[in-house]
Amino acid sequence: MQLDLDIRATLRSGKRSFDLHVQCTSASQRIAVYGPSGAGKSMTLKAIAGLFTPDAGHIRLNGRTLFDSKAGINLAPQQRNVAYLFQDYALFPHLTVRQNVGFGLARGWFNPRAREKLAKVEHWLGAFGLQELAHQYPDELSGGQRQRVALARALVAEPAALLLDEPFAALDPALRVSMRLELSQWQQRLGVPMILITHDPEDARILGEHVLYLRDGRIDTVADNQHEVKIG
Amino acid sequence: MDIAWTALALSLKVAAWATALNLLLGIGTGYLLARTRFPGRDLLDAILTLPMVMPPTVLGYYLLVLLGRRGTFGIWLQEHFGINLIFTWQGAVIAATIVAFPLVFKPARAAFEAVDGQLEQAARVLGISELAIFFRVTLPLAWRGILAGVLLGFVRALGEFGATLMVAGSIPGKTQTLSVAVYEAVQAGQDEVANKLVLITSLVCIVVLLAAGKLAPGRIVHK
Repeated sequence: MQLDLDIRATLRSGKRSFDLHVQCTSASQRIAVYGPSGAGKSMTLKAIAGLFTPDAGHIRLNGRTLFDSKAGINLAPQQRNVAYLFQDYALFPHLTVRQNVGFGLARGWFNPRAREKLAKVEHWLGAFGLQELAHQYPDELSGGQRQRVALARALVAEPAALLLDEPFAALDPALRVSMRLELSQWQQRLGVPMILITHDPEDARILGEHVLYLRDGRIDTVADNQHEVKIG
Repeated sequence: MDIAWTALALSLKVAAWATALNLLLGIGTGYLLARTRFPGRDLLDAILTLPMVMPPTVLGYYLLVLLGRRGTFGIWLQEHFGINLIFTWQGAVIAATIVAFPLVFKPARAAFEAVDGQLEQAARVLGISELAIFFRVTLPLAWRGILAGVLLGFVRALGEFGATLMVAGSIPGKTQTLSVAVYEAVQAGQDEVANKLVLITSLVCIVVLLAAGKLAPGRIVHK
């Protein structure tokens, strides 16, 4: 993956203001943005997905410009071909597991029907061991199962990159360890590039090949294969 | 046909039309107020809520002034379309629609606000267009709350009296709705007719309220 990121944004809330200025380029398949909460990690990830518009700068992914304030380019989230895994998974509560996974494949005004079996959807249900749960609703699932559904839903459209927002924060510690390994293996097997944000050093250590340490809206240090490099 | 059944049929027709109009207007307004921010939003909400707190006769008077033969809008309608709404069942529909409107758009707004915006964002990233998101995510999740309001609005429209009497009058078989007919029957000392009308009205209202209670917003129940 080729990521070229240079975004600036100022957020004001009352008298407080927060400046975000994230600048980095990376060719890694596994980027982890690590930092304390309030450092601007979520904002950075949302900017890549198009869910938040920075004030200035550019975002390029694999040579494709997603955002460029100077050129007046700002692709809608629908056009960016990235997948986003939300912290609490954001599964559609009114749809079954199968419908959730197939959601992005149905482009019209109607949700996929509960009985409709698309080959792609069945493939991912199988890959994540979800076939037994295919007719169940999200509120009937455990945390780990929900995460698998969210992953399957994200991967079914073959995205250019998988963006993960604190993917294990909602899981209990034992499950966190096993899901972390599972995600790591999936990423390697599929070769899908991923950008992960986390405040958990273990996530960054195991899933990050290229680790950006974000603090107060700026990149503090960059670590590459555990060799820390200070940047100016 | 019996005067009671004629009045019931007319009431149902007026309430059905008012509810259909409010379904569109209420969903549109509720969504707008829930999902967009603009200056004067709170003021607009307050103005739209007025019909709920104002005496219906005052509201009816406003409508009469606006839609009547000397009213600005009334003259315009008469000149351009040859339409006169005063003392017609369509006039009763307008009165009932306005009176019931707050009962529909307020729950609709609350229902839309209760839909987690993150679900819409998730759908956006999955490539679904904004309009499709409304029909595939937002509306299905807000639907129960909206429907509860729509049913309340239907009962309110069915029982409308003050504004309807001002705008549409009380012409038997033409604009005399159930609630107006009750009043007329009592005035004329026809207790038997009044009893029958009251019984019919009460039954219809109870049935609709039971249905509304079943649909009260809460946990999503799967089919």
